[in-house]
Amino acid sequence: MISIDCELAGVPLSNPILAASGTFGFGKPYADLYPLRKLGGIVSKGLTLNPRPGNTGTRLYETPSGIMNSIGLENPGIRAFLDSELSEMASHGTAVIVNLGGGTLCEYTEGAELLTEASLKLQAAGKRAIDMIELNISCPNIKEGGLAFGVENEQAQAVVRAVRRATALPLLVKLSPGARDLKEMARMCEAEGADGLSLINTIQAMAIDIRERRSVFDRAYAGLSGPAIKPIALRMVHQVARSVSIPVVGIGGISCAEDILEFIMAGAAAVQIGTFNFINLRAGDTLAEELIQLMDREGIPSLDDIRGII
Amino acid sequence: MALVIQNVKLAHRIYRLTIQGSYSARMGQFFMLRCWDTYPVLSRPISVHNLTEDSVSFLYRVHGTGTWLLSALQAGDKIQLEGPFGQGFPEPQGRTALVGGGIGAAPLLLAAKEIPDASVYLGYTSVPFGVTGFHEISRNVTVKSGGTIVDAVDPSRYDTIFACGPVGMMHSLAQKTESTNAELHISVEKRMGCGIGVCNSCTVTSAGKSRKVCTDGPVFPAKEVNWNDLHRL
Repeated sequence: MISIDCELAGVPLSNPILAASGTFGFGKPYADLYPLRKLGGIVSKGLTLNPRPGNTGTRLYETPSGIMNSIGLENPGIRAFLDSELSEMASHGTAVIVNLGGGTLCEYTEGAELLTEASLKLQAAGKRAIDMIELNISCPNIKEGGLAFGVENEQAQAVVRAVRRATALPLLVKLSPGARDLKEMARMCEAEGADGLSLINTIQAMAIDIRERRSVFDRAYAGLSGPAIKPIALRMVHQVARSVSIPVVGIGGISCAEDILEFIMAGAAAVQIGTFNFINLRAGDTLAEELIQLMDREGIPSLDDIRGII
Repeated sequence: MALVIQNVKLAHRIYRLTIQGSYSARMGQFFMLRCWDTYPVLSRPISVHNLTEDSVSFLYRVHGTGTWLLSALQAGDKIQLEGPFGQGFPEPQGRTALVGGGIGAAPLLLAAKEIPDASVYLGYTSVPFGVTGFHEISRNVTVKSGGTIVDAVDPSRYDTIFACGPVGMMHSLAQKTESTNAELHISVEKRMGCGIGVCNSCTVTSAGKSRKVCTDGPVFPAKEVNWNDLHRL
C-alpha cells in the first residue's frame, strides 16, 4: 500500500500536491471541473490588504514551453476575500493556504493580522479556516518592490520578522529565484521563525515587440513560468533543501508525476502545480493517482523513502 | 479527449474544424482547444461556430503555432476541449443585425441559427469564406469583399446589433450606432491563460471596471468598453 499523505508545517495533507498561487483563483471555477479534495491544498491568488487593479497593457505572453505574466497582483483585497471567498475556499475538504503580498511592511503586517483574526474566529466557531499563510516576498510585477523585498536579505528579513510577529498561523515564505543569495535568504527565513519555504516564484524575464520597438509588457519585465523553468527550479530547491531543516515546497514547471518525484528527490516536502493548471484544467483531478501509480511501478513505498536522497 | 470528424480548409489560412460529441453552448461562447502536449503552453480559446446534435464546429484562422497545429488535424485525430466558457451574446431585443468582419463571422453562425430573422452582414478583405452556412439558415445575408462592411449596415433599422471582427471595424460600427437606439454588443478577443477566470490575463476595462474577457465576456456592450484599451490589444 503506497501512501502519499504528508505533513507540511504541522498541517496534515492528503497528498503533497498543492495548487500554486495565481493559477487557481480561490478554487471556485476548478471546483466545477473536479473535486478539489483530490489536491493536498489550494494556495489562494496573492492577496494584499487593499484591492489592487493590476498592471496595464499586455499581461500574458507565450514563450517556448513557458508563459510570461505581468498581472501585477490584481486582487480584491483581504477584506473582500474574507467576506466573500474564504468560506467557500475552505469548503472543498483540502488545505487552505492564503498567499499574502504587500507593497510596504505595514501592509504586510496588517494583512497578516486580519487573516489571523478571521481564522481564529472561524476556528472558534468550529469551522475550517486558514491552515497556513504563504508570504509572498517575491512577486516580480509590482512597483513598490515586492521583488525588492525578495532580493536583498535585509529587506526580506524585515518582512518575515514583522509577519511572523503578526501571525500564529503556520508560515511559509515564498522565495524569489532573483534573491541575491538564495541559500542565505532561506537560512534567514528559518532563523526568523518561518515554518517552511516555497520556491521558486516566476523568473524575471523579458520579451520585445520588434515592430513596435518596445517591451511587450508596460512594466518592461515579466515573470516566466511553466515547463521551461523546471530545471532551474529543481536546482534551487535542491540547494535550499540542503541548507535548512524546515520543509521546502517545490514549485516550477511541474507537469507530471515524474516531475513531482524529481522535486521530492531533490528534497521537497511537497510541491505546487502552477502553469500546468492552464495546460490541463483538470490536472489536479488525476495527478495524485498518477503519482501513486508511478511510485508503484518504481517500487517506492512512500515519499519519505526518496525525499532528499540526491 | 474528443474525436475530429473533419478539418477543412475554406480559404487561405481559414479552417473549419468539426469535433464529435454532444455539446451545448450559447451563441458567442467559446471552448479552450489543444491538440499538443506542453508546447505551446496555453490552449486556444475559439468561439463556437456551429452545433449539431452530435458535433461542435469551430471556424478559425491560422495565426500562430497553436492554430497552425490545429490546422494539421485530420479526421480521426484526437483533440482536447474544455468548455463552453464565457457569457456569449445576450438575448436580443427586437430587430437584430449580426455584423462580422473576416474571421469574426465565426461566432455569428450560431447566433444566426438562434435568431432566424436577423439580418446578417459579413465583410471580407478579399475572398469570402464560410458564407454558405449563413445562406442555408437566413434569407437576409449581405456579403461584401473589400471596403468595410460597416458601410452596408444602417444601425437605425435595428434594436440589437451583435458584432465580431477587427477592433477598427467594431469601433467604426459603434460610432455609427451611437446616434441610434440600437444596442450594440461586441465580441472581444484577448490572449487568455486559463479561460475560466483565475489568471487575470485577459482583463479589459468595461464600464470603468476591470473585467475578464473569459468569464465576464467575451461579449461586452459597446458603450461600456474602453476603445483605446481595445485598440492596443
